[in-house]
Amino acid sequence: DASVSWIEQQPLPYPSDALEPYISKETVEQHWGVHQNIHVERLNGMIGGSEWEGMSLGQMMLSSFNEGREAPHPPFFHAAQIWNHDFYWRSMQPGGGGKPPERLLKFINRDFGSYDGMIRQFMDAASTQFGSGWVWLCYKTSKLPHVKSRSPIPSDNYGRLVISKSPNAINPLVWGHSPLLAIDLWEHAYYLDYEDRRSDYVSTFLEKLVSWETVESRLKKAVQRAVERDEYVSTKHIRKQLLARAKSRIRAMPQQVNGDAREQTSGQEKSLGV
Amino acid sequence: RYSKVVAYYALTTPPYKLDALEPYISKRTVELHWGKHQQDYVDSLNKQLATSMFYGYTLEELIKEAYNNGNPLPEYNNAAQVWNHHFFWESMQPEGGGSPGRGVLQQIEKDFGSFTNFREEFIRAALSLLGSGWVWLVLKRKERKFSVVHTQNAISPLALGDIPLINLDLWEHAYYLDYKDDRRMYVTNFIDHLVSWDTVTLRMMRAEAFVNLGEPNIPVA
Repeated sequence: DASVSWIEQQPLPYPSDALEPYISKETVEQHWGVHQNIHVERLNGMIGGSEWEGMSLGQMMLSSFNEGREAPHPPFFHAAQIWNHDFYWRSMQPGGGGKPPERLLKFINRDFGSYDGMIRQFMDAASTQFGSGWVWLCYKTSKLPHVKSRSPIPSDNYGRLVISKSPNAINPLVWGHSPLLAIDLWEHAYYLDYEDRRSDYVSTFLEKLVSWETVESRLKKAVQRAVERDEYVSTKHIRKQLLARAKSRIRAMPQQVNGDAREQTSGQEKSLGV
Repeated sequence: RYSKVVAYYALTTPPYKLDALEPYISKRTVELHWGKHQQDYVDSLNKQLATSMFYGYTLEELIKEAYNNGNPLPEYNNAAQVWNHHFFWESMQPEGGGSPGRGVLQQIEKDFGSFTNFREEFIRAALSLLGSGWVWLVLKRKERKFSVVHTQNAISPLALGDIPLINLDLWEHAYYLDYKDDRRMYVTNFIDHLVSWDTVTLRMMRAEAFVNLGEPNIPVA
């Protein structure tokens, strides 16, 4: 039944002219009011009576992704686009931009060398994203939740910030990354205001619109979630490591063994104050 | 005295004035689409060719080779987009649309049942494409018939071995200034008022040099 609203469109977190002059009222009204709304209507039209009925938007997105084994199920495209757009609107605020707060900056400096290093990577990803899609700043957690999610970034080196681009509707949650910041690089997002000048749109977004406070609070939650989720696994993992070390110590006496693996892992998060 | 001869690709000009497609495609859209987007693809391709193994290939060869059986090499996107856009401008004419010439129409009726069916299938293929890309009328070599397909981003039927007859750009830059989210109206106007059936007739004649659309014609000794 197409008339049932399983999913309601989230309101904008600010008036439609609040991002002017950087993103015009006309663009916001079209982008949020028409474009995103079409996704909501299409999605509502296809989930009635299906296994996705009654799921939250996020659940629907992850379960219709189909574990990356085959093409995603039909609801994925619309569910992910609604999720992505809501996240994009909330990645911005009137009077945004400027420098990130101290704690976030520590992570940025650790993982990109400097704030400018991060901006360079972000701009580079945005200018090389070919076709419709998104660029993200994510906290990369440790495991891929889906079988063939094809993370664009190899699976070692987790527990850090990464910048990635995604085609069409793909959301980094399917790679096991926690999104912190999103910019819409579909041409509809900027064409009325910037025409083909994509890099002007991206740099204005970073300098004048990004809500770094939101990014920081998302990071805090992402780290917490990762720690909670990985606790069981890492305890098991560390026990195994310690056992292997103990064995090799016995074999290769009198060798000095430094530190405790458990302390090293948790120390990293502690030192950054999260 | 010796000077190395270098030859790169140039931006080809649409076969009509930039405002000739109004009111269906505005002058501003053509200015940006041809003058900026297509120009960018040409510039980027030439930059790559300066150090590429594909220097000296024809554009068609380049597209087929750089497609690399579905694992496109870096030159692929730019080369295909240069070709796709050139082909797109030539797929249209002012006061186009209407009914195809007899040979084309016969083949369309044979493969789609009727012109109306073809038109609907073309619109449906355009609306069901997710993200950026193109919709095409192609001649399938093996099946020896017309078919409507859509492709993602820069993917070209040339690379897949088929012979393109019409293409329509479905990247948002092609229609957003004029139609915003009304992709259906853009596609409908293209088919009803812009597509150049004269060009399609010529392309089909050329395609028939590669694909026999009739019964085999074997002379009796």
